[in-house]
Amino acid sequence: MLIKDGTIALDSLPSVTAYASAVGKMESEGPLGKCFDFTTQDNTLGEVSWEKSESKLQQIAFNTALSKGRFSQKDIDVMFAGDLLNQCVSSSGGAKDTEIPFVGLFGACSTMAESLALASIFVDSKAANNAAAVTSSHFCSAERQFRFPVNYGGQRTPTAQWTATAAGCAIVSSHCKPPYIRSVTIGKINDMGVTDANNMGAAMAAAAYDTISRHLANTAQQVSDFDLILTGDLGQVGSDMLKELFKRDGVDISAVHNDCGLMLYDREKQDVHAGGSGCGCSASVLCGCILKQIEQGTLKNVLFAATGALMSPTINQQGESIPGISHAVQLSAQ
Amino acid sequence: MKMTTAEYDRLTKKASPNTKLYLTLPKAFVIGGLICCLGQALFNLYSYWGLNEMNARSVTSITLVFFSAFLTGFGLYDKIAKHGGAGTLVPITGFANSVVAPALEFKTEGFVLGTAAKIFIIAGPVIVYGIAASVIYGIILYLFQLM
Amino acid sequence: MEMFMEYFWAFVIGGAFCLVGQLLIDLTKLTPARILVAYVVAGVVLGGCGVYEPIVEFAGAGATVPLTGFGYTLAEGVKKAVAEDGLLGAFTGGFTAGAAGLTAAVVFGIIVALCFKRGDKTS
Repeated sequence: MLIKDGTIALDSLPSVTAYASAVGKMESEGPLGKCFDFTTQDNTLGEVSWEKSESKLQQIAFNTALSKGRFSQKDIDVMFAGDLLNQCVSSSGGAKDTEIPFVGLFGACSTMAESLALASIFVDSKAANNAAAVTSSHFCSAERQFRFPVNYGGQRTPTAQWTATAAGCAIVSSHCKPPYIRSVTIGKINDMGVTDANNMGAAMAAAAYDTISRHLANTAQQVSDFDLILTGDLGQVGSDMLKELFKRDGVDISAVHNDCGLMLYDREKQDVHAGGSGCGCSASVLCGCILKQIEQGTLKNVLFAATGALMSPTINQQGESIPGISHAVQLSAQ
Repeated sequence: MKMTTAEYDRLTKKASPNTKLYLTLPKAFVIGGLICCLGQALFNLYSYWGLNEMNARSVTSITLVFFSAFLTGFGLYDKIAKHGGAGTLVPITGFANSVVAPALEFKTEGFVLGTAAKIFIIAGPVIVYGIAASVIYGIILYLFQLM
Repeated sequence: MEMFMEYFWAFVIGGAFCLVGQLLIDLTKLTPARILVAYVVAGVVLGGCGVYEPIVEFAGAGATVPLTGFGYTLAEGVKKAVAEDGLLGAFTGGFTAGAAGLTAAVVFGIIVALCFKRGDKTS
């Protein structure tokens, strides 16, 4: 049911009945390494191209979620999938052997929240009994599309973020079992004129602020009602800016705020500069670690606000700024 | 949030850490200097073997390009460049890396449309404007000769 | 001692060219590609004005190995070709002089593409 201004309350409280994550080598060596269902030391996953490796990673996350929830493919009524690549090739490649109705999404790094929101709305409105939300990213496939060849010797700036090689899948059903999805807020395009493609955090912070504050206002909740406000991958720069933006309203979110881009890697030991990014970053943190904690009850009320910098190399070279977006999904144990 | 893009830009600048110049500058200087020393050693070696100055310089370039190409192939050049910055970018080895890296990367799109078509995707502008500048210089020289 | 000084100046001048490049990367929003274009064009201009040749004589590889040296090579090639062939030389001199480096990059690029596996920075 629409509350207002993009916030939708899900009255039937759909559940995330199964979830799984799959990550590459660097992510498995990070602080959350033990949380993930699947890790690999070989980021090619035996495929001939990085795009196919990413598809495979997405497939692994999806199939693991199916088996963890004892689902068969026939049980899934619709699949919302997305990634960073042009035409969402990793998602369609990953889904091509299934016969599941497929919706491809692009929301840059916000795609996990976008797909989870849509899957929950489908289940809540009885358009589906079980809906899957799958997203992935791969460092090498993203690097060659958006930046430079992998072996090119470039220096990254301190504000640059590292695209995660990771995938996550959540299956939303109309069962009664935590984590529940209480409400979602659909993001708006926020463009604050950031043109630096090496500073995605800055491009996304305004969108995160907009969506989170809208969600709080529309659902009449306070920051203190949450155990965790989890942004997608703002990294260090974007997280600092988000806190600063809230501080201007007299709201301190630092006690409950965390960021997937800061959680996935050990920034002291791993050379990721401002933190992780990519659709797979928030997907793997959510599906590898946060959903489990909500299911077990250690986290009671979580606002997951994945953020995306909708960066196109073409538009960026034309001198245009990078629009940001953030979608929010409120998950709770009760 | 009522905020102008100028205000947001100030916020961005405040939150964004600057590059640590006290690290990047010495590293660029030393690594770049060492590559040039390697070039000097090769040049002296080729001169010792009897090549004239022009040829010794050319063969030095070819050798440095060769080293850089294979370091790129082994995935080592980018690891050095992470520290070297401009120290590995500005020498001819950086030029070679910017040619070899796309050649290797895009071979998944085929040897014609991948490797060959994209080989100059980074180094292309250097060749285009280097040659363009040299032609302008040549025309100016020619006009001066006429006078 | 003379030998040592030769390497010393190659190191210092070569390093200085890189230092300037690093300053441009860190303090301006110039992308590496633009910096390299600037270096090559600067090499042609300085070579053309006769400013670069003394640096080459002084610093040897410290001046020829950085990309400004490539620009200088192009300018020298054009100068020689124009003296021999007139206006035609303006068109042939650059590529002729730069041929060694360019051809080497292309040839080794193809060889590496044939012989090596694509890289993975993450492992």
